[in-house]
Amino acid sequence: MIRNIAVLLVFQLAGETLARGLGLTVPGPVLGLAGLFALFALRPAVADRMRETCRGLLGHLSLLFVPAGVGVTAHLTTFGADGPALLAALVGSTVLAILAGVFAFLAVAQLTGSEAAEEPSDG
Amino acid sequence: MDEAVDLWSYLARDPMLWLTATLLAYIAAERLSEMAGRHPLANPVLIAVILLAALLTATGTPYATYFEGAQFVHFMLGPATVALALPLYDNLARVRASLLPMAAALVAGSLTAIFSALGIAWALGVRGEVLVSLAPKSATAPVALGVSEAVGGQPSLTAVLVILTGITGAVVATPMLNALGIRDWRARGFAVGVAAHGIGTAQAFRVHSTAGAFSGIGMGLNAVLTAILAPLVVGLLL
Repeated sequence: MIRNIAVLLVFQLAGETLARGLGLTVPGPVLGLAGLFALFALRPAVADRMRETCRGLLGHLSLLFVPAGVGVTAHLTTFGADGPALLAALVGSTVLAILAGVFAFLAVAQLTGSEAAEEPSDG
Repeated sequence: MDEAVDLWSYLARDPMLWLTATLLAYIAAERLSEMAGRHPLANPVLIAVILLAALLTATGTPYATYFEGAQFVHFMLGPATVALALPLYDNLARVRASLLPMAAALVAGSLTAIFSALGIAWALGVRGEVLVSLAPKSATAPVALGVSEAVGGQPSLTAVLVILTGITGAVVATPMLNALGIRDWRARGFAVGVAAHGIGTAQAFRVHSTAGAFSGIGMGLNAVLTAILAPLVVGLLL
């Protein structure tokens, strides 16, 4: 467990270092993700060993956004008079972006014949 | 009474208090979400945030004090992002078979997010740096803040817009996509990750493991694409 967390931190740190060093816009943790993925592809045994730790963290991903979410409530006044318009733009564009993404995915999947195999629901 | 005040002023300064409060609020929010039959409106992030915001207001605690404790939870976002390598690896066969659909969904979702946010806000009279602060709001926070600064927006406003976008996506996606009868978990997850970054991804993992894996990929790719597209779109339109 400690070893697995250390692996995650090492890849994050390497990603941050690379992003800063090369002045990339990609966040360090995303580069770390790519690096760890490459390690898994080379050494599948590492993926098996880290499975429980990764699943544990991702199973409670929601928790990790709570502190930032509380920060939002402290800054709601920054909206000022534009509040209702900004909220309308947020909700409208999020709905439209999800729909555009889903339908583009399904259309191209159908064209290229890569439709999903039936998968049972997780419940 | 004085002792109680002393005790409170000691506790209120100790990071332990707000770290514990964050975990308890999340556990309570999960419990409430279960009781509501995991209804998407009963989103645990939303409930926990409301509970904690009410507590901070009631006790007159500034956010900076709260964050001294909560930062330990916040810090884990980085390692959790790295951990997304595992679902990506586990779903590699599915991902390989979906490269073209993913590319189409990425471009469609990313462009729609940027153009429709700017368009709706502009139509409703928003202008200037407040308007451009909206452009990167579907990207994950560190990217969105950098883009906002680069295009002359207000990064602190963008931070708020990013979080609200994530919560909106997490709340609306499941009922909307269920109503449309869409059962392709790859498409659902990927689109939510593109439109609503990590908070959408957290919701996707709650719905289906395949959706979660694809949502993580969508989030990562849209971080890169938004960093490229948002400055171009803002330069083109404004």
